[in-house]
Amino acid sequence: MVRRYTNKSASRREILTGAASLAGAALAASTAEAETPTSNLPPGVPEWQQQPGAEVMSPPYGQPSPFEAGVIRRERTGGSPYPTRQAAVSLTPLQDLHGIITPNGLHYERHHGGVPAIDPAQHRLIIHGLVDRPMIFTMADILRFPATSRLHFLECSGNTQNWGKPDAALTVQDTHGLLSCCEWTGVPLKTVLDAVGVRDEARWMLAEGADSAAMTRSIPIEKAFDDALLAYAQNGERLRPEQGYPLRLLLPGYEGNTSVKWLRRLKLGEAPWQTREETSKYSWIMPDGSVRQFNFVMEAKSVITSPSGGQKLAEPGFHEISGVAWSGHGKVTRVEVSTDGGGAWSDAALQEPVLPKCLTRFRLPWRWPGGPALLSSRATDETGAVQPSREALLKQRDARSYYHYNAIQNWQVAADGAVTNAG
Amino acid sequence: MRAKAFIAAALAASLLSISAPARAGEDYGIGRPATSEEIAGWNIDVAPDGAGLPPGQGSVAQGAQIFADKCAACHGDHGQGKPMDALAGGAGTIATPKPVKTVGSYWPYATTLYDFIHRAMPFNAPQSLSPDEVYAVSAYVLFLNHLVPADAILDAKTLPKVAMPNRDAFVSAFTPAPGKAP
Repeated sequence: MVRRYTNKSASRREILTGAASLAGAALAASTAEAETPTSNLPPGVPEWQQQPGAEVMSPPYGQPSPFEAGVIRRERTGGSPYPTRQAAVSLTPLQDLHGIITPNGLHYERHHGGVPAIDPAQHRLIIHGLVDRPMIFTMADILRFPATSRLHFLECSGNTQNWGKPDAALTVQDTHGLLSCCEWTGVPLKTVLDAVGVRDEARWMLAEGADSAAMTRSIPIEKAFDDALLAYAQNGERLRPEQGYPLRLLLPGYEGNTSVKWLRRLKLGEAPWQTREETSKYSWIMPDGSVRQFNFVMEAKSVITSPSGGQKLAEPGFHEISGVAWSGHGKVTRVEVSTDGGGAWSDAALQEPVLPKCLTRFRLPWRWPGGPALLSSRATDETGAVQPSREALLKQRDARSYYHYNAIQNWQVAADGAVTNAG
Repeated sequence: MRAKAFIAAALAASLLSISAPARAGEDYGIGRPATSEEIAGWNIDVAPDGAGLPPGQGSVAQGAQIFADKCAACHGDHGQGKPMDALAGGAGTIATPKPVKTVGSYWPYATTLYDFIHRAMPFNAPQSLSPDEVYAVSAYVLFLNHLVPADAILDAKTLPKVAMPNRDAFVSAFTPAPGKAP
């Protein structure tokens, strides 16, 4: 009774009706509780204790409990804005995740020409252009180089479309779900570039995918030699097909689109190629009509994931406020939380590890007294950048710029505990 | 004894060379040189100065026919869009409160048209158009935007010279560090 609001293991009825698929079910007091058979509760002996359970390897590749069937990637509430399902997005269920790691099956997707089915034995990486030795590598070659593993977030440039009037029905999966964080393993790109001998006059690098969109972005040479990875594994296993199997570029802190998946070619040159994805798309129209392109780094940002849109606080009393913060410029140094719409701010605890260009989990204990509350979080990164309010961001640019919305997210808690998006 | 010591020394030396650690920045001897044929097949990018444009040419009239057959279903008979991106129209709207982004109103370089059509279009059959066909479709899309005349024929020399109205609005937010590359 005391912890009714944490009823995560939804009842069988909820699973069968699909009601558990909604994030709100996680925090809502289960009305099904009264209807649940009581024979499995004390003092009864639960049915799952009265006989042995499933065998090992059922199945060989483990799956979440069927009671977690609602924890899945989704398209936006209200329907996908994309006319095709191959050039589209799916969103990470941030409201259902608990630390900083995104499980591989829940990593957000943004594809421009679908997910190719690539046989790694027939995949090649060519590096050419302004290099001393144009080279071709097999996946076996790539796996022989000295490797490293690092934890980094990826955020789609178009994550969070709160420019206009907020849609109260949106969940944090809708507003911020183009955000994931994994441990990535691969070869530092510098190692391979040194092997091919990049010429002094090279200033930019074209990265090209082997998908049907042949995705291409121009990358500054500084980034290529800094912390770029040729990644072939995420969270300990080889990349998922939708994350670029068998090989992707990973550019920590840069907008997600630049971490080109299914990487097949790197070309060194003197100037950017002005590809469609860095001119027609991923560029910002500023209020004066100018267009800013090559806006690479994702700025300081945070969001409360619990409580968040679509959830419901069952009763007044203790509730931990928790969320994630991140910055493409480095480490998060501070997250402040307000429960009164920005009147008073309290420092949240930053859970270790706190790593550069990685999600940081923050937590703040809270006693909801009942009545309306407006929950907000504000991140500061190690460069001193502070996440702006929506009003402050709108003074610089607006919906015409579309990308890189990093303003403070507000969740409205109603008197009955219902939480809605307040933009 | 002396022989034994020699063998031991030789063994130690050979073990040392076997287990010598690789150093950062060294040549790992991994991979092989890419042949010019291999590179040519994948080297499909086109730069704003026209580098990468292949031989061939295409006219607005040829492009109109290809567009009707392979593009109009997604982009509209006259490139007006729906269900996919609008390719024509929107001239002069970019600096207004309701910008309409199309090839003509927004794109800064005509060469991007060739690059993108060849690599990614038609959506269901990318890299299927011949160079002549890509030049022709590029010409037709530019014609729809009143940027080339109805009798235009585009090739590697003329395409990069097509003046794009929004070119000067583009500003790079990234400034490379001065000096030589890292």
